[in-house]
Amino acid sequence: MLQPINISLESLNLITLAPMLIAIAGGLIILVLNLINEKLHKSLYVMLTLLILFIDFGAVLGLNVNERGFFDVMLIDGISIISQLMIIVGSMIFIPLALTSKRFHEYSYPEFFALFLFMIAGFQFMAASDNLILIFVGIETASLALYTLIALHNRSNSYEAAVKYFTMGALAAAFYAMGSAVIYGLTGSVELYKISEILATRLNETGLMIAIFGSSVLLLVAFAFKLSLFPFHTWAPDVYEGASAPLAGYMSVVPKIAAFVVSVRIFGMYIDLGVEWVRIIILVLAVVTMTLANIMALVQEDVKRMLAYSSISHAGFIMAALALDTTEGTTSIFLYYALFMFTNLGAFSMLWISRHKNRRFNARYDHPYEKFAGFIQIMPVGAVIMGLFMLSLAGVPPFSIFWGKIYVMQAAVNSGYIWLAVVMGLNSAIAAYYYLKLIVYMFLKDPVKNVDTIYYNLSKPLMAVIGLATLATITAIFYVQPLISYLYYMISASGY
Amino acid sequence: MDNILSVLVFFPAIAGLLGFVVHKESARAYGITVAAIEFLLSLWLWFSFDTANAGMQFMEMIPLIPDFGVSYYLGVDGISLFIIIMATLMTLIGMMSMSTTHNIKNMIITLLFLEMTMVGVFVSLDAIIFYLFWELSLVPMLYIIGAWGGPLRVYASVKFFLYTFAGSLIMLVGMLFVAYVYHNLTGVWSFAITDWYALVLPVDYQLWLFAAFFLGFAIKVPMFPFHTWLPYAHGQAPTIGSVILAAVLLKMGTYGFVRFSLPMFPDASVIAITPIAVISIIMIIYTAMVAYAQKDMKQVIAYSSVSHMGIIMLGIFAMNAEGIGGSVFQMLSHGIVSGALFMLVGVIYDRRHTKMMDEFGGLASVMPKYAVIFGIMLMAAVGLPLTIGFVGEFLVLLGFYQVSPIMTILAGTSIIIGAVYMLTVYKKSFFGPITNEANRTLKDLDAKETWSLVPLVLIVVWLGVYPKPVLGPIDNSVKAMLTFMDEKAITQEAKDMIQVARSVTKTGEVK
Repeated sequence: MLQPINISLESLNLITLAPMLIAIAGGLIILVLNLINEKLHKSLYVMLTLLILFIDFGAVLGLNVNERGFFDVMLIDGISIISQLMIIVGSMIFIPLALTSKRFHEYSYPEFFALFLFMIAGFQFMAASDNLILIFVGIETASLALYTLIALHNRSNSYEAAVKYFTMGALAAAFYAMGSAVIYGLTGSVELYKISEILATRLNETGLMIAIFGSSVLLLVAFAFKLSLFPFHTWAPDVYEGASAPLAGYMSVVPKIAAFVVSVRIFGMYIDLGVEWVRIIILVLAVVTMTLANIMALVQEDVKRMLAYSSISHAGFIMAALALDTTEGTTSIFLYYALFMFTNLGAFSMLWISRHKNRRFNARYDHPYEKFAGFIQIMPVGAVIMGLFMLSLAGVPPFSIFWGKIYVMQAAVNSGYIWLAVVMGLNSAIAAYYYLKLIVYMFLKDPVKNVDTIYYNLSKPLMAVIGLATLATITAIFYVQPLISYLYYMISASGY
Repeated sequence: MDNILSVLVFFPAIAGLLGFVVHKESARAYGITVAAIEFLLSLWLWFSFDTANAGMQFMEMIPLIPDFGVSYYLGVDGISLFIIIMATLMTLIGMMSMSTTHNIKNMIITLLFLEMTMVGVFVSLDAIIFYLFWELSLVPMLYIIGAWGGPLRVYASVKFFLYTFAGSLIMLVGMLFVAYVYHNLTGVWSFAITDWYALVLPVDYQLWLFAAFFLGFAIKVPMFPFHTWLPYAHGQAPTIGSVILAAVLLKMGTYGFVRFSLPMFPDASVIAITPIAVISIIMIIYTAMVAYAQKDMKQVIAYSSVSHMGIIMLGIFAMNAEGIGGSVFQMLSHGIVSGALFMLVGVIYDRRHTKMMDEFGGLASVMPKYAVIFGIMLMAAVGLPLTIGFVGEFLVLLGFYQVSPIMTILAGTSIIIGAVYMLTVYKKSFFGPITNEANRTLKDLDAKETWSLVPLVLIVVWLGVYPKPVLGPIDNSVKAMLTFMDEKAITQEAKDMIQVARSVTKTGEVK
């Protein structure tokens, strides 16, 4: 006869699930609300989503560090808290961008906001677990919601983007499942902490290395897809181009934060075990990604594609920090993304305000460089702000990303990878060229067409978001210190 | 006012921000007033400066990112003091003589931001803050060249930006490495230069770091073979851009060598004497010859500028008080003289819209005042005794003579070749009959131009005849630095090369 399962509710520590449950419940509330009254304006949904994210934020802040819960599959350590906070903040910047002065049909569906909240819950699951199965569930929840969000945009290439992303994502998921299966076969566990214990004891068995190698390669491929690392990056520019500008900006930050958390957990484990080739492969991927993406960004004719390649290059830059596997290296990943988030979302928002329903400058692209020619004469403040974002992305001090860059480079130098710091420096110099190209167009050229509707889509909420991003970009020097010490504390507390 | 340095740095920036409100008709007057106040502030700095004290003064320190060792750390010594005054002076004079009318308000605001970064570079004692101002100075210059320049302006401005940016990123890696070594030895993060001075590094580290810093500084100087961006930048820049670029921005490079490379890596610097001297001599002779071959008056001055920067580099690596002190003095003299020459070319360009020498001839008869001032500046550039150019050049050559007489003789040819190309310019443009009818009706200098140029002439003569008020503090700080380097050097070779005691008596007699 089966024994009745006897688990006390306290041992489940359900509070660890609270943030995700809040997001999911919020999504359901939005759906129910739509069921009751169909004619609600998008602004209501936007504000509701913001409020739910706000509660979510509070719930994450209230979590205690280093707890487990829900049959020990949930892991609330320092990096899971900071990454969840960053995911929520990124989402809170993104969602008001729906309040454009022009109507875009995706935002009139409440499903957009419900899916958005489900996606956030998915990311939070990825960040807050070290169970390979739960991570998989998180990845898939988030990705499926994201594919749909992309497809909802009103361009023909949005479908192309969604399908392309879906196909690539499915492939990545398959690689992830296979990699996890190999690990499970080796160790009989899907919990990373147990896996690492078991592997540590069996590391010198002959014949085992090839299996460990196989699993690491499969997992690396999966995350290289998610993080758009060379040579698995090819989907990224097309998907960014097809997605709406804010969503493209969002994709370049938030999903990557979630993927980086999982990467830190998995590949950090491999490197800690002394599997050096994982480090070598990551370094090679990182260097190749940042260099090639930079070179490809040089020849783009569309600002959005340029920013897509630049995001890939930044991801490569950060990936290098992953290979260091030091507390500083891990801190630099989060510091970089915390700073990158504002600037990059700001830059994509600037594209968003210039979005027109017809492609008036070029039949192929929405945002060719010519569109921004003479921007300084049309909209001086906008041009200066966009110029600031570009300088920040290029790593010109004292703007935000510079501090992320030197922290990464310092982490590389401290671990003895001086050549890596030099490569990073040279790459920043290459990158400066394409950011400068936009600045040259904006400041030094004359408008090519009649100056009418470049800021077609501007509205007060968008101005507020851009203002916030600008403020965060300029004043970085004053908040970097508390940010670093908080991140460093949280990361070292969780043992990375 | 102990925080006068902060005021000096941020006054132009705040004025620049407020400048957005000023009406564009009044922007020019606003800019000149602000620059004049800034110049007076820098003079105040000089008068409250303790000339007997060779160390850093007016130090300010506010920790910005203590976990990472970055702090807002400013200070000034005899070496940087006069460069700061020169920077504020040249900004003021440049603005006064400026003939640009197009988008004048943007120009004024840009110049004020540029002034902030220039002063910032020379007062920073924290490597990251130094780097911050260093990089930030590229942006206003990019805009000045790109928006007001000649036909190739975009190419020239982007080339200028990327060249310097690439070099300085390598320098940044070097800085991060020094901080790392410092952290390893002391357990504390610090980017303060004064902390770094205390580091005694092994020679191989010094060599690598010297190379990293060298790339950053050499591109800025610009040293041969990294000089190719400069003729483009000068050729395309508007007059004010060239003035600031030649007078101040280039000095950032040579200042960097004095502030960072020498005291931090004394042994590597001694090892680098010969290679750098060779490069400098190539730079001096080669660019002087190139200058001779130019048909464009502005290009002659641009190349002569590179040639004179070679003299400065040579002096810095003489490793004695005459050489380094002379170099610092030559930085000032080059700033004033080449700035003035670019302004003078701007004067004739405004009237004729050409800079080609074969278009001119006989200008002396229609523009006598112009010809006189041009002549004086030319003589100062060549290094005629009793002008400011002579003092620096002589001290440098005297200093380097102790290192290598042969190289000094080679470098000394710069005076001869310099005289050749400069006098050729003068002969072609000013002497002889008027061959081009368009030149017959040219107006002489107007009040604005005269009032901008005459103060520079006075300084050229004053410091040429009596350089002591300026040389004194420079000499003090340089000697303190040399003593420090001598103590710090590990190899005997370096200790032999760095001459401390001998130079004390001599500099007194030189003047």
